Amino acid sequence: MEATTYNYKVVRQFAIMTVVWGIVGMLVGVILAALLIWPELTYGIEWLSYGRLRPLHTNAVIFAFGGSGLFAVSYYIVQRTCQVRLWAEGLAAFTFWGWMAVIVLAAVTLPMGFTSSKEYAELEWPIDILITLVWVAYALVFFGTIAKRKTKHIYVSNWFFGAYILTIAILHIVNNMEIPIAFFGGSMLKSYSAYAGVQDAMVQWWYGHNAVGFFLTTAFLGMMYYFIPKQAGRPIYSYRLSVVHFWSLNFIYMWAGPHHLQYTALPDWAQSLGMVFSLMLLAPSWGGMMNGIMTLSGAWHKLRTDPILKFLVTALSFYGMSTFEGPMMAIKTVNALSHYTEWTVGHVHSGALGWVAMITIGSMYYLIPRLFGRESMFSTKLIEWHFWLSTIGVVLYIASMWIAGVAQGLMWRASNADGTLTYSFAQVLNTMYPFYGIRLLGGTLFLSGMLMMAYNVWRTVRIGRVVNDAAIPQAVHA
Amino acid sequence: MSDFTSGFWPLYISLITAVSIIGTWIFLRSHTTRKLAPGEKAELIQHTWDGDLQDFDNPLPRWWLGLFYGTMIFSVGYLILWPGMGNFEGVLGWSSRGEYEAEVKAAEAKFQPVYAGFMKQDIVTVAANPEARAIGKNLFLTYCSQCHGSDAAGATGFPNLTDGDWLYGGDPATIQATLTNGRGGVMPALGAAIGPEKTKDVANYVMSLSGRKHDATRAASGQAVFAENCAACHTPAGTGMQALGAPNLTDKIWLYGGSEATIIETITKGRNGVMPAIAQTLGTTSNKDAKLHLLTAYVYGLSQKQ
Repeated sequence: MEATTYNYKVVRQFAIMTVVWGIVGMLVGVILAALLIWPELTYGIEWLSYGRLRPLHTNAVIFAFGGSGLFAVSYYIVQRTCQVRLWAEGLAAFTFWGWMAVIVLAAVTLPMGFTSSKEYAELEWPIDILITLVWVAYALVFFGTIAKRKTKHIYVSNWFFGAYILTIAILHIVNNMEIPIAFFGGSMLKSYSAYAGVQDAMVQWWYGHNAVGFFLTTAFLGMMYYFIPKQAGRPIYSYRLSVVHFWSLNFIYMWAGPHHLQYTALPDWAQSLGMVFSLMLLAPSWGGMMNGIMTLSGAWHKLRTDPILKFLVTALSFYGMSTFEGPMMAIKTVNALSHYTEWTVGHVHSGALGWVAMITIGSMYYLIPRLFGRESMFSTKLIEWHFWLSTIGVVLYIASMWIAGVAQGLMWRASNADGTLTYSFAQVLNTMYPFYGIRLLGGTLFLSGMLMMAYNVWRTVRIGRVVNDAAIPQAVHA
Repeated sequence: MSDFTSGFWPLYISLITAVSIIGTWIFLRSHTTRKLAPGEKAELIQHTWDGDLQDFDNPLPRWWLGLFYGTMIFSVGYLILWPGMGNFEGVLGWSSRGEYEAEVKAAEAKFQPVYAGFMKQDIVTVAANPEARAIGKNLFLTYCSQCHGSDAAGATGFPNLTDGDWLYGGDPATIQATLTNGRGGVMPALGAAIGPEKTKDVANYVMSLSGRKHDATRAASGQAVFAENCAACHTPAGTGMQALGAPNLTDKIWLYGGSEATIIETITKGRNGVMPAIAQTLGTTSNKDAKLHLLTAYVYGLSQKQ
């Protein structure tokens, strides 16, 4: 017999864990920000040293917080826009427990010092294999659900989720081609990349950049394309723009990786291609922002009273800003100044906090009450507070890192009339302290907003009821 | 010098790049529809999802198309002027290697005269020159301060360069040799050979050498242990040997610390002090010898009484 209700269980599990991992990942971030000011803060305990905690922070925020959020919304959206229950629910449950196992394993092995040393792909090979299994299951559930859909057309969010699921599978597998040294009598938990030298660097940043492109951009645009029209109650501005920016974004993103390797051993031609394709990425990136923001025309007044919409629209603004900043930083001469400085850190966080976290938070505030049989969250006032804390936090964070980064780049390159460097490394570091302080404040504000969210979610869950009977409408539109 | 292993790859790169940009252009053109007339509203497309999700049929925004075409035109221009299309070097003939070499040449021409005068003088003379000391200090802050500190006063395991006490010797030639080849100061681990009790005895004897508070009984029995195990490098009197970099134990200067516990740790586990061959990091320009000269003079001058 055909199912008459949606599977909200797996959505609910991922949604709650999004909040939990958000707090964990951002807390580690705050500790790291403090460590840069007070290096002795963790008493020299190796498991809590900067080098061990840093990959824990990035993995927790990107894959635990961002990943759980994406699993939750993609499972929710694909069911509701296809008007069918999830296909292969056992596999869907496996993706939840498997993904949680990956996160817990990461949280144990990274502080212990197990790392493949590839940025955003630090996890060692046994965990990489588990990730692959979970991801294949995810693809089966998602595309299986699309295949048995009742609606004729596939909703735009699902194009973006589909592109993200496919591409992340390819990126993960290709970049993590590695040889465990156990084959040569070494440890079971250490491997080395199958690629060498500059090829390894190129594969790594092809992966690294597209992890940003497909995990943190494409997938979250899928989120945006559902929750903004829903929350604003308006049709999407332009179907044609969605089609054109979808294909151009995905196609051009693939080329941009070499801009992470400007002025390195990478051949000049590859650096140039990385730069020009990054510039051509500007318009496709902004296509998503335009389509989201223009969807609000006729509903702008809602922004005054609806903090959820504020979260979603502010996220789009930060998205537009960082996708402008990115192509600019890919230009060789700009990159010569910005590379290796705090500017990069600021850029990443205007994307991670401003775009990814804020669009996720807004979406969760829409989603969570519906999963617990409520019209809205326990407290709208707390959402409003959360919004302002987050916004001020991000602005403090990125403004301080811009100033710090530009100052750092200029001080590093300053030289005297005799050819010696004007500033020593320690002098430059000393200049960073006030900005590190402002950044710590910004991060702490953002984290305190997340704690408010946790309280609000807890109260909402307590007065709500678990929804397992959301009915699938029988009438099929188009 | 080619970046490619065969003639196929540069062709492949150029072709795929050209097809991609032209293809994107055609794709954009094919989706460009007429502008809405003033006051005209875009129509709703006849499909609906999840109750109320719909699309308007607005044309692509004109300014957005302009931005997209603009970045493509810029890119084509860039790929004509600069390298990018496989083996094609670009009309300007620019390369990162060429830019680097030109900058090095310019720097040499500019800074050679500054350094040439000092190269004619010996280290002692250079060390007394305030201008040379200013350059030397900048070099020190760049290359040495990470370990020896901005004030050159050192840290645990990293010698103080201002106190006139030298592990390997403080004359100009020795300092230059240290900077050129580096040093490896190895104190072997003697814990297993001597045993904990005798280690404590010899530690107290070592403390007695510099007049520290110590256990006299233990020091007395430690003297023989010292003679047998330590004197070969530190000399029977404990005054050290610069040829080996073995520290003088009779002064009040301690590289790793002079407490009983630290001395026991040093004897038990040994020490491995590394001074890198810093001359190798002074660059590849013809100025690198002058930099070594000025840096040697600066370090020499640090411990000279003014």
